[in-house]
Amino acid sequence: MRKKDILAITTLAATLTAGAASVQAATLDDVKSRGTLTCGVSTGLAGFSEKDENGKWSGLDVDVCRSVAAAVLGDADAVQYKPLTAKERFTALVSGEVDMLSRNTTWTHTRDTSLGINFAGTNFYDGASFMVMKDLGVSSALELDGANACIQAGTSTELAIADFFRQHGMSYKAVTFDTSDQTRQGFESGRCDFLTSDGSQLAALRVGLSNPANAVILPEVISKEPLGPVVRQGDDQWFNIVKWSLNAMIEAEEQGVTSANVDDKLANGNPANKRLLGGEGELGANLGLESNWAYNIVKQVGNYAESFDRNVGMDSPLKLERGLNASWKNGGIMYSQAMR
Amino acid sequence: MFKQKTIEQTKSAARKSGGNGSAAFYNNPNIRALFYQILLVLGLGYFFYSVISNVLANMEATGIKTGFSFLTASAGYDVLMSLIPFEATDTYGRIFIVGFLNTLLVSGIGIFFATLLGFVFGVAYFSHNWLVRKAATVYVETFRNIPLLLQVFFWYFAVLSTLPGARQSLSLGEAIFLNVRGLYLPKMVGSDLFWVAEVALGVAIAGIFVLRRWAKKRQELTGQPFPVLYASIAMVIGLPLLALIVTGMPFTVEYPALKGFNYFGGITVIPELMALAIALSVYTGSFIAEAVRAGVQSIPHGQTEAARSLGLKEKKIMSLIIVPQAMRVIVPLLNSEYQSLVKNSTLAAAIGYPDLFNVFVGTALNQTGQAIETIFMTIVVYFVVNMVISFLMNRFNNAVALVSR
Ligand SMILES: N[C@@H](CCC(=O)N[C@@H](CS)C(=O)NCC(=O)O)C(=O)O
Repeated sequence: MRKKDILAITTLAATLTAGAASVQAATLDDVKSRGTLTCGVSTGLAGFSEKDENGKWSGLDVDVCRSVAAAVLGDADAVQYKPLTAKERFTALVSGEVDMLSRNTTWTHTRDTSLGINFAGTNFYDGASFMVMKDLGVSSALELDGANACIQAGTSTELAIADFFRQHGMSYKAVTFDTSDQTRQGFESGRCDFLTSDGSQLAALRVGLSNPANAVILPEVISKEPLGPVVRQGDDQWFNIVKWSLNAMIEAEEQGVTSANVDDKLANGNPANKRLLGGEGELGANLGLESNWAYNIVKQVGNYAESFDRNVGMDSPLKLERGLNASWKNGGIMYSQAMR
Repeated sequence: MFKQKTIEQTKSAARKSGGNGSAAFYNNPNIRALFYQILLVLGLGYFFYSVISNVLANMEATGIKTGFSFLTASAGYDVLMSLIPFEATDTYGRIFIVGFLNTLLVSGIGIFFATLLGFVFGVAYFSHNWLVRKAATVYVETFRNIPLLLQVFFWYFAVLSTLPGARQSLSLGEAIFLNVRGLYLPKMVGSDLFWVAEVALGVAIAGIFVLRRWAKKRQELTGQPFPVLYASIAMVIGLPLLALIVTGMPFTVEYPALKGFNYFGGITVIPELMALAIALSVYTGSFIAEAVRAGVQSIPHGQTEAARSLGLKEKKIMSLIIVPQAMRVIVPLLNSEYQSLVKNSTLAAAIGYPDLFNVFVGTALNQTGQAIETIFMTIVVYFVVNMVISFLMNRFNNAVALVSR
């Protein structure tokens, strides 16, 4: 009896040790055989990743998921969305629960180098700001000494605000919540004097207030928050696919290719148009994808400008300016690496 | 049990065969048993070693940082409530302690009030008053059957969040304030001779034990009961008060006051703590009430009748005859309820109370990515806390156990 036990245990241990080899399966193969992409998004943030009453997800971040699905599977709708809080997101990614994250996640040095993840680009250049109720009578963040802050737990904002108050010799109390909904409720109930987050999220949360006109966003921007999609470290092919899917949207805007004129550009466009859309060259094959990978992105999702305007820009309730997120050709810093 | 028996048997067998002196050492059952045990320990050791090194190797390969060096690194974020001084530049190690103390605080408060509620409503089941009996049933059935998380949300978002804002606080004599940000209480700040009062309080508490012993002896000798409870209360309040008067009131009272955005000074009880403590107490209290009811029901009715025939009043029958015997059933149940309460306190994260789970497995894990280390440390803490509870409750159980004559 005992001898058998020992034998079983030793074998198990041996198997486990042997398993110490590479744990990285090819995500591309998994996604293809599954037929859907699992994409980690927020639990609900207007303009970025939000579910409507029919269960359909939309937003700037959702469009990145959709463009990857379009590139890989030829179908932008073949995405299974997994809502994640700020605290859950990296564990969900690293453990393989999702194939990628597109959840307004700030690209920081620490995250990039110590969490086992890779940032595949930036789809929104942002910075942390403050939102207060108008009746508080505050017009600058420097007047917030001794105030309470509503913050979402597990965000880079938690770190940014600590720096800002320390730098200015002011004190504050951080009231942290798990989801943006709770954070907003905390702010509305008066638990805190101000809500702090990335500027774009403040705009999104403000839209969700029972009376948006009561709240103002203060002028100070206290940090750099480049937001972008994230993949697990150790799967370079998948990393490339996500990186270039985002680039394809940005490049399409630079080239003036839109979902409306994409067929025309493929047939009659310049060499760069044709290279992007798969009429010429090997770009798709180099990624391990079909040649029409970027065509599918532009056709089904649109270029970056279309996605921006529709979700967070002037055609949306958020009404955000392009600002830094304008194409470099229009004075912004949104820039695709060379598509050749 | 079984194992012990076999060992005993093999031992005696060994003793018998030992006389022959002919058996080889590997036929000696004792030595063989020892050999297999050593093999098992080595096997298990190797097993855990492989698992751990495997995990570490895999994490290294995927670029995840490992090790405990993060404990001495500066955290860089603030914690809402801390029983020890804390600021954003302090380390993750200190955050661990802050979280641990906050867990102990909310668990301690929860256990105290859950026990109180549990005993009150558990005994109320047997009241002769219909209304009281019904109240007990309604209490237990309501709170036992609603998921705890929902109750936490209820107290936090539906009750405490609707309190007025900081500038419109409810106040009691301009000394106690209540608003959406918490309960603000005045604080006693002692000066020079304040220690005399503190010593007096200590003496009073020690005095309770002496008093109880003395009262018990006296009752055994003379049959005269002594009102220990009232005397104890009088002592605990009276002695320190006397000390304060004699030393000329050596303290000042610090009142909370509105400065800018918030009330400062005095003692602040944050709503996250209140909501969690209330939810835990009320929820666990309903289970304890059931345990108390089960305990009381386990006492044969003959005991009550016997007590009645001795002329004891109903209240006395409960407190002197029934409950002490029922404790033998109640205490083991209490043990597991207390342990559940400690584990349930991790729901803190839902409303942002900075307990260990929230600040460590939540935020620290998220900021450092060191899942294995943070989760391991946290598991150990909950394990140890529950072991301590178990140990204390077992001691208590032995104390109330039936002493057979
Ligand atoms: N960019 C920051 C903040 C990201 C974040 O989680 N922001 C909140 C703003 S309140 C959010 O989007 N919450 C959405 C959710 O909880 O699902 C980070 O990467 O840490």
